[in-house]
Amino acid sequence: MTQFVPETAEQLKDAVAWAVAEEYSVSVKGAGTKAGFGRPMETEHEIDLSKLGGITLYEPEELVLRAGAGTPMAEVTAALEEKNQQLAFEPPDLGFLLKGESAAGTLGGVIATNLSGPRRIKSGAARDHFLGFEGVSGRGEMFKSGGRVMKNVTGYDLCKLMAGSWGTLAVMSQVTVKVLPKAEKERTILLYTDDPAVAVRALTDALNSPYEVAGAAWLPKALAASAGIDLVSAEESGVAAIRVEGPGPSVEYRCARLREAVGVLGKTEELHSHRGKTLWTHIRDVMPFAAAGDSRVVWKISVAPSEGPAVYRQVLFLKGAEAFMDWGGGLIWLAVDMSNGDMDSKGGAETVRDIVAKSGGHATLVRGDGRLRADVGVFQPLAPGLAALTRKIKNGFDPHGVLNPGRMYDGV
Amino acid sequence: MEMPKPDDAVLSNRLRIADDLRAIVPGEGVIVDEDERRPYESDGLTAYKTSPLVVVLPETVEQVSAVLRYCHENGIKVVPRGAGTSLSGGSLPLEDGVLLGLGKFNRILEVDYDNRCARVQPGVTNLAITKAVEADGFYYAPDPSSQIACSIGGNVAENSGGVHCLKYGLTTNNLLGLEVVMIDGEVIRIGGKHLDSEAYDLLGIMTGSEGLLGVVTEVTVRLLRAPETVQALLIGFPSSEQAGDCVAKVIGAGIIPGGMEMMDKPAIHAAEDFVHAGYPLDVEALLIVELDGPAQEVTHLIGSVKEIAESCGAVSLKISESEQERLGFWAGRKAAFPAVGRISPDYLCMDGTIPRHQLPKVLSRMTELSNHYGLRVANVFHAGDGNLHPLILYDANIPGELRKAEDFGGDILKLCVEVGGVLTGEHGVGVEKRDLMPAMFTEIDLAQQMRLKCAFDPDGLLNPGKVFPTLHRCAELGRMHIHKGKLPFPDIPRF
Ligand SMILES: Cc1cc2nc3c(=O)[nH]c(=O)nc-3n(C[C@H](O)[C@H](O)[C@H](O)COP(=O)(O)OP(=O)(O)OC[C@H]3O[C@@H](n4cnc5c(N)ncnc54)[C@H](O)[C@@H]3O)c2cc1C
Repeated sequence: MTQFVPETAEQLKDAVAWAVAEEYSVSVKGAGTKAGFGRPMETEHEIDLSKLGGITLYEPEELVLRAGAGTPMAEVTAALEEKNQQLAFEPPDLGFLLKGESAAGTLGGVIATNLSGPRRIKSGAARDHFLGFEGVSGRGEMFKSGGRVMKNVTGYDLCKLMAGSWGTLAVMSQVTVKVLPKAEKERTILLYTDDPAVAVRALTDALNSPYEVAGAAWLPKALAASAGIDLVSAEESGVAAIRVEGPGPSVEYRCARLREAVGVLGKTEELHSHRGKTLWTHIRDVMPFAAAGDSRVVWKISVAPSEGPAVYRQVLFLKGAEAFMDWGGGLIWLAVDMSNGDMDSKGGAETVRDIVAKSGGHATLVRGDGRLRADVGVFQPLAPGLAALTRKIKNGFDPHGVLNPGRMYDGV
Repeated sequence: MEMPKPDDAVLSNRLRIADDLRAIVPGEGVIVDEDERRPYESDGLTAYKTSPLVVVLPETVEQVSAVLRYCHENGIKVVPRGAGTSLSGGSLPLEDGVLLGLGKFNRILEVDYDNRCARVQPGVTNLAITKAVEADGFYYAPDPSSQIACSIGGNVAENSGGVHCLKYGLTTNNLLGLEVVMIDGEVIRIGGKHLDSEAYDLLGIMTGSEGLLGVVTEVTVRLLRAPETVQALLIGFPSSEQAGDCVAKVIGAGIIPGGMEMMDKPAIHAAEDFVHAGYPLDVEALLIVELDGPAQEVTHLIGSVKEIAESCGAVSLKISESEQERLGFWAGRKAAFPAVGRISPDYLCMDGTIPRHQLPKVLSRMTELSNHYGLRVANVFHAGDGNLHPLILYDANIPGELRKAEDFGGDILKLCVEVGGVLTGEHGVGVEKRDLMPAMFTEIDLAQQMRLKCAFDPDGLLNPGKVFPTLHRCAELGRMHIHKGKLPFPDIPRF
């Protein structure tokens, strides 16, 4: 196995073109922080993008940043922080969950996996902030799509296709993203409740209010206790959290109104900036399941928010199950034992997928050993029509299946 | 504008094809009579006209599916049409193509506040969605100026924007799910009421695909709760540089207004003459900045914007004191296109996007071009996101003038690309900008886009002649030219 570390887009193109000509498969790697995420692959060679880094354009007043795909997230975040800006989709650092240590990865990797944090419900996903790219297709050809401007409908929106394609269509060398100002102030309202249905009622009321909620999550008692924030564990009960951001006076006003509104459902408290940040980072990075020694299988389940409580209750019957909700009830993070008795020794895969199929939504196996990932797959199985279309799309970009073969689905 | 050569066999079979289609869509739903086809012969880009082969107006998904399957099996082209307000000729018919009108799909199927979404049929107008939920305090955010007329299906196909895009996003950022009928009649469902299905983002790809990938038969849109307060500032500047500077400083101060629109002098005058909005007539550029949220926040931000505007040399500044006054500020802007329509027999509406700081350069080049072509131009500008709408005034009755206007428009769009922008920000490529695509994309870029089309529509039957300047067969696009055996690049670091 050869590992190529291209330093220019041209070198990247040569490496892919060579692999295509020789029909070698290659794995594509940013910082390798999500190597354990996705179906396991056995490829003949590897392309490492870590030398295709560096911010090449950053115009804060135009809300735009362009960088090599291999630019470490730490570098991007630092540059943005200097101008009081951020990537509003709140990319998670899944390093703790997957490898036991911080590993935020690269900008290209964040886009290619389309992972977004708690602010997703207000500000959109990674894909919504992705303006343009240049890259090399699995045909060994350099191509581009999108641009550097906020509004662009020129041709198909290939950015959307690249976001969340896990390197299976093309290797991006350079990406352009929309950046946004950081809020002046943030506050979090806590509602103590053990009942997930009450929690989702409160989150829904908050999200349906005019008070622009930028985070809506619920932790059950045990997970609230482990967050390490006094007010969160104070009542020894589950905690719904509602985040409000914006200019100071507005945040104070909105918090007061929201507290009034959800206060009818239980006791409330308010977290101020520092502890609030700790809580939302904890939720964003799935820290409840990242403790040393926790080797449970982890699922990320996306459903209609109103289905959240019912799905939560059903998955809790699995062995070793613990779960919490984000996105107003629409995102359920679930940890379960690998073996779930005679019926299901596959990390609850059958049960989880059955439940999700019935409620409508999507379950992703985020943490599991290679055998499990190979065996049950990582993403929700596609309906036959969509599966066929997915293969055809893959075929148009990477006809020989050179790039990250099988990372998403068998043959894709 | 050259369109694909009509298929004589199809043309001569018009009546038989109409009969076959009547077996699928009974009664009035199939239009073959020449006079009755006429209303469909162009869309919002009225400079182009073609009478379609037949018009079909299905009412059920099963009918859409059967019509497409029939056309697929018989090699007949299909042009989907919503309300026909496209400004790029997206729904321009083909002589040998079935025009598939979605106008009868006009029902709101479900409003689901707990999940903040609505499921609607594609023929529902953009504004009708907001109307259906506004009594409960909700709205659908993207608001194209054509919102009374344009359909949500058309919005999806064009990825339409509006004056509130800067803060709330385009159509693509406000969708959750779609039902799509593929050219072979297969019905697929994408997304739903949940967020971010982890798979190829077909929802994202369908949005803005200009009717070339599939026919949308159901749309799940995100609903937002309406803000408590909305207020606007109307600010006049002695130069567009100063207005542009103000826009940059507002955003630089961390403020993302709900809307931020600019008009130049000719546009201000045309709008004022038309709706008497009370616009100042002695300024070179007018900004409308709208802020929304709780009253505390709006008051606070209005103060900040006012201060910035004054520091940038504003010569007039009004803050709306009532809802009526705020709507008055917008009345001129929203009527800008028809207002320009009044001062000129015809106009072309361009739609480039530029990096905002290039505005002064683009405007001054535009003045030069205007002199060169001898045609007037008025500008309205989604200033916050750099989306420019130059309106080129011409008279179609003067021989050669349309051609001149098109060349002028082409030059403007090439200029947009040259300064780092793009050919179209929200109106789509359609037929209008089709031949300019090479100004922005290489042949490889375009071929890669066409390969995506091949995955959906391998025979190229859906809306051909739009978006891509040259048509290629999918087999040809799939071919690879491979040079084996070259030893890999001594200069790539490897381990
Ligand atoms: C006065 C005026 C102001 C405008 N202002 C704006 C504005 O502010 N912002 C903006 O973005 N646009 C604006 N537009 C342009 C236009 O209104 C939008 O592009 C709109 O989305 C088109 O919708 P429609 O229903 O009229 O679509 P049509 O014109 O009927 O079709 C547009 C395209 O969509 C395809 N299509 C339509 N329905 C479907 C379907 N169900 N499935 C698949 N494909 C389909 C067609 O084939 C065609 O390619 C304006 C137009 C006018 C005339």
